[in-house]
Amino acid sequence: VSEFDQLYREVILDHYKNPRGHGVIEGADAEADGQNPLCGDEVSIYVTFGDDDTIEDVKFSGRGCAISQASTSMLMEMVKGRSASEVATMSKDDLLEEVGIPLTPIRLKCALLGLWTLKVALHKGKGTPLPEEAAGLDDLSLN
Amino acid sequence: MRAMAVTAKPKLDARKLRADFPIFEQLVHGKPLAYLDSAVTSQKPRYVLDALLNFYETSYGNVHRGVYWLSERATAEFEAARDKVRGFVNAPSAKEVIFTRNATEALNLVAYAWGWDNLGPGDTVVVTELEHHANFVPFQFIAQRTGATFKAIPIDGAGELQLDALDDLAAAGNIKLVAVGLISNSLGTINPVEKIAAWAHEQGAVMVVDAAQAAPHKAIDVQALGADFLAISAHKMCGPSGVGALWGKAELLEAMSPFNLGGQMIRQVRMEKTTWNELPYKFEAGTPPMAEAVGFGAAVDYLTAIGLDAIEEHEHELAAYALDRLGELDWVTTYGPPADRRAGIVSFNIEGVHPHDVAQILDWEGIAIRAGHHCAQPLMAKLGVAATNRASFYLYTVRDEIDRLLDGLHKVRKVLT
Repeated sequence: VSEFDQLYREVILDHYKNPRGHGVIEGADAEADGQNPLCGDEVSIYVTFGDDDTIEDVKFSGRGCAISQASTSMLMEMVKGRSASEVATMSKDDLLEEVGIPLTPIRLKCALLGLWTLKVALHKGKGTPLPEEAAGLDDLSLN
Repeated sequence: MRAMAVTAKPKLDARKLRADFPIFEQLVHGKPLAYLDSAVTSQKPRYVLDALLNFYETSYGNVHRGVYWLSERATAEFEAARDKVRGFVNAPSAKEVIFTRNATEALNLVAYAWGWDNLGPGDTVVVTELEHHANFVPFQFIAQRTGATFKAIPIDGAGELQLDALDDLAAAGNIKLVAVGLISNSLGTINPVEKIAAWAHEQGAVMVVDAAQAAPHKAIDVQALGADFLAISAHKMCGPSGVGALWGKAELLEAMSPFNLGGQMIRQVRMEKTTWNELPYKFEAGTPPMAEAVGFGAAVDYLTAIGLDAIEEHEHELAAYALDRLGELDWVTTYGPPADRRAGIVSFNIEGVHPHDVAQILDWEGIAIRAGHHCAQPLMAKLGVAATNRASFYLYTVRDEIDRLLDGLHKVRKVLT
């Protein structure tokens, strides 16, 4: 299998063409916007929380390349129903393992934009800690 | 030779010139490199690489410092390079040519060293919607810091400047600085800088020309353009990275305060007061990019020997060919003016496919294009896109590479739609 075939493997193309959790949640409990300065891509993430700490629903909108759209789509499936505090500490490797393709440092930024933006949303909604990589993605005041 | 040049259209043999560029001797992903991203930076001919190596091996010392043989020799080469750049832009005097790190630094020099002392509330600074961030953000910033108003000349749907808007801008009052790129890095639009310069001077404004994208591709004449300042960068014109130049009218440069401060740019330093060196050294603080400047001079020699008119004609033919081929595909949108009013740059999008994915798939075919906002976010917003694909051509680009690009685009569509 060539590197090319790996990068655009079937599961990536499936998530890209049929993204899960794509859309907007009106009146979400928390939302955040992220930008990739390299290409001008933008993603918005919307979260509603259950009675406890649970992520009851999560959606994303915006524009991006196949890698960013597919990885954010996979992320939506991974985090829905889990607790916010658990997801806030989720490592990037958990997502990258799921994405499962070799990524150059530049494409890594595409693949992780959704994750960092989600962490900003959780920080805004639940005050969870913000990883260094997510700082500056959204115009937020750290208080 | 001269008589022949008058009767025949200048021609260059790109296939032959490619042999001057060692980068093409390697394969990329097992395929020959189709480098279609010269607008971001150009490849380097052996002639320039040899000049850099030769300077380090035979003439390297600090310039304008030592009294010994080596320093004299380095200084002579450095100053000879300055004079080559002077000739390249047809400037009256070499003291008006300041070596900078790149065109961006040259434009920042103008924004700070001229803008700080000459702008204030009630003044207006004008750029265009086509500008690269380097010719936009420094002037936006200095306008905000000095209380001046910041305006942009709008573009039409084809990416050409709407000069009708100049009257409205003039009515807004007290225009002090106008900054326009000669060729748009995103769309390849060739802007009517002479006209805008004449208008700027009627308003009593200084005219800043960003020629970073134009200098590699067409003959530059600061006097014919009516520029007051003009910025270029060596790396886009077969020269090394790390050096560019600002040309400015001597009377303006003389009246300006320095930009960077430190060694070399001073005349006398006392606790109570420091005085400045003469032009151009007043604006060259610290050890300059010496070998890079010498390489810049070699690049000027190389381009001049080929002939800028021949380079311009070659790129024009390639752009027209690429636009024709892309125009055959109803799933491709191209941006920018018709071929006769653009340089060797073609921006486009494939319906439903993000430029990153286009560029990534083309990379596997050994084809390098740019995918992104081209450091021109205000323009992307105007076009209503986040990013575009951009193929750009140079003296070493051959038609076959454009054919490979087209084959690659069909593959992209097959994979992703």
